[in-house]
Amino acid sequence: MGMEFWLPAIWAAVIGVAVSLYVILDGFDLGIGILFPFTKDESERDQMMNSVAPFWDGNETWLILGGGGLFVAFPAAYAVIMPALYLPVLLMLLALVFRGVAFEFRWIAKPDHRFWDAAFAGGSALAAFSQGLILGGLLDGITVTDGRFSGGPLDWLSPFSILCGCAMVAGYALLGATWLNMRVAGHLEAKARGWAKGLLVAVLVFMVAVSLWTPLLYERIAERWFTLPNLFYLAPVPILTLLCALMVWTGLEKDQPASPFVGTVGMFLLGFAGLAISNFPYLVPPSLTVWDTAGAPESQVFMLIGVVALLPLILAYTAFMYWTFRGRVRAGEGYH
Amino acid sequence: MDLDPVILARMQFAFTIVFHIVFPAFTIGLSAWIATLIGLTLWTKNPHYENLAAFWTKIFAVSFAMGVVSGIVLTYQFGTNWSVFSRMVGNVIGPLIGYEVLTAFFLEASFLGILLFGRGRVPPGLHFFAAVLVAVGTAISAFWILSANSWMQAPAGFEMRDGVAYPTDWLAIIFNPTFPLRLAHMLIAAYVTTGFVVLAIGARYWLQGKHVREAETMVKMALGILVVLTPLQILVGDFHGLKALEYQPAKVAGLEGHWDGAEPAPLVLFALPDASAEANRFELAIPHLGSLILTHDWNGLYDGLKSFAPEDRPPVLPIFLSFRIMVGIGFLMAGIALWGVLAWARGRLFETGWFMSFLTYVWPLGFLAVIAGWVTTEMGRQPWVVTGLLRTEDAISPVTASEMLTSLILFVLVYAVVFASGLYFINRLLLKGPMRPIREHGLANRPITGASETGRIAIASGE
Repeated sequence: MGMEFWLPAIWAAVIGVAVSLYVILDGFDLGIGILFPFTKDESERDQMMNSVAPFWDGNETWLILGGGGLFVAFPAAYAVIMPALYLPVLLMLLALVFRGVAFEFRWIAKPDHRFWDAAFAGGSALAAFSQGLILGGLLDGITVTDGRFSGGPLDWLSPFSILCGCAMVAGYALLGATWLNMRVAGHLEAKARGWAKGLLVAVLVFMVAVSLWTPLLYERIAERWFTLPNLFYLAPVPILTLLCALMVWTGLEKDQPASPFVGTVGMFLLGFAGLAISNFPYLVPPSLTVWDTAGAPESQVFMLIGVVALLPLILAYTAFMYWTFRGRVRAGEGYH
Repeated sequence: MDLDPVILARMQFAFTIVFHIVFPAFTIGLSAWIATLIGLTLWTKNPHYENLAAFWTKIFAVSFAMGVVSGIVLTYQFGTNWSVFSRMVGNVIGPLIGYEVLTAFFLEASFLGILLFGRGRVPPGLHFFAAVLVAVGTAISAFWILSANSWMQAPAGFEMRDGVAYPTDWLAIIFNPTFPLRLAHMLIAAYVTTGFVVLAIGARYWLQGKHVREAETMVKMALGILVVLTPLQILVGDFHGLKALEYQPAKVAGLEGHWDGAEPAPLVLFALPDASAEANRFELAIPHLGSLILTHDWNGLYDGLKSFAPEDRPPVLPIFLSFRIMVGIGFLMAGIALWGVLAWARGRLFETGWFMSFLTYVWPLGFLAVIAGWVTTEMGRQPWVVTGLLRTEDAISPVTASEMLTSLILFVLVYAVVFASGLYFINRLLLKGPMRPIREHGLANRPITGASETGRIAIASGE
């Protein structure tokens, strides 16, 4: 098999990595926003925001890399998905505008910062919910004729996509709560553990719902998971997910700092792997595959050189950033 | 009434990009100025450079956040509103944007964290290095986005197969003919824009007798760079215009208000071009000067608008006017810088008088020129989205007019709230002015310093 096979496959993997990193990294800082209404205490909210303030901008850049990567490597998929999911993408962007500026505005607005608290919380929740709608809308399938989107403006709206939206909000909130458990000190740490327990239950319910719903709706997905020998090969995915959930729970019970967050990250990665298994090789289910929508090999190679050369560097200085701002954030303390 | 999705999509793009460009234009220059100040602090150990760096970093943080969020919107708009464009030229434009993300966005976003919150956590040298990387990141970002835009103005290094552009030569694509001058023009514009903001704020503080040392440093440093950059910008702009004549003659004919290519062109100082009459009304012009500037020949000829079919002409009135606004402000800015430096040389700069008062009002000049310039170049490219390849009306997504309208209204509402607040907050920071930083504490807008800063204000107001 030549370049025509491997290049799109490699690019699908690169975008998969970018999207997974986005979901985990921006997931916890969006989660912080979703958890804002859980406390009314101003200093706790300060503490929550400070725990992610140095990171959010870098985290969100992975979303641009995901979108940009799709544009570069699969322009035909980009040109179908964006018009098809027009309204949820719009909602996500506007929500990100509100919560992004809130990181700066909230401090300057003090003591009149209530509006920006609401913007941060509402924007974060709406961004998470719209990302769920986008995921659900994509899984639900997009109407395509001659390689172009030919459906209606509300095709993405379904009970399933709303379920995905709620699942995303709960999932990000769990990431946020376990992040707080690891990265703040004082009352908030214990509170976050309490939130995390409730959210873990909710996330498991949503994961089960999505895992049962998709094979029931789509025969191709049922076939992938529930025929032999696939059943045996793929059985580790749900089993490992349960083990991760167990790790989160026992970590929370034993007041461990890192294991609940790590377990949640594991659940997200496995969930993502599950979705990829269900849908591969489709990039635009149920009609366009990774290979149907691939851009010019020249462009994919040119961009891949940049990714191979620069991604390790980016990961290195991102890690340096996280190392610089390590340690727990205490009440009444920012980064100075 | 039937709404035209093309018009709505264009309005949306114009609206979102005009809001966006204001922030990069400011933050490219501001990050360089902050890095300079932090470097000077390290070098001279002079605390007032440190005050200035801390103060402008706060303003940078707010502006940068607005630039980031309004920029993400644009990346996605290529797909949501202009999917035919994305599919047709994605192979060429896509990697340019991709490289922008890889080489600039991650760099800026990561080291911004260290610049804003890292003082006291990292050694001073590393803090300075972070500031330099942020400044370099903003300029690299401009490099790629200007390359992509210039490619749309004058495409090169590709071939068309089955209606899709395929790259043949990446160097020719990246360094396409109009790119180097356009990049220089935009970077200088960004530094000039920031320079005039710093100049105006310095003049404001000086006249109010607040932060006088810092104010004098601001005025002097701003004038020093502006007196070099504003004349240089006029020169670069002139060369850029000659390039445009080569690759986009219809655009140049439009912005010169030049209709008849058989006659030597006058330099039209003012007129109202009338597209239906194919002539200028109320024209005030200097004969032959247009030919002399663009062809360097008194009787030189270049194509007029009538040389192009009406459907291939840009909308002449808006670009004719926006071009004059840009050029007019450009000369005004050069005049201000020169006057200021002459006054400085004669030891008469720091005097209360009309000039210092006038300087407090000059902060918007750069922004206005940047917006007028982008209107000129983008509308001047019409009716094409990619010159000669794809017309704007054919580039649009298969989405309904009502979706376009909904999104346009939402963008207007959200931007109105967010950017009005942003400007209000920046103004609030400016009113407060540079504070003497208390060594242990970094940014004053973080919780703990908030308290000590309130104390400082109380002390200051008691003085």
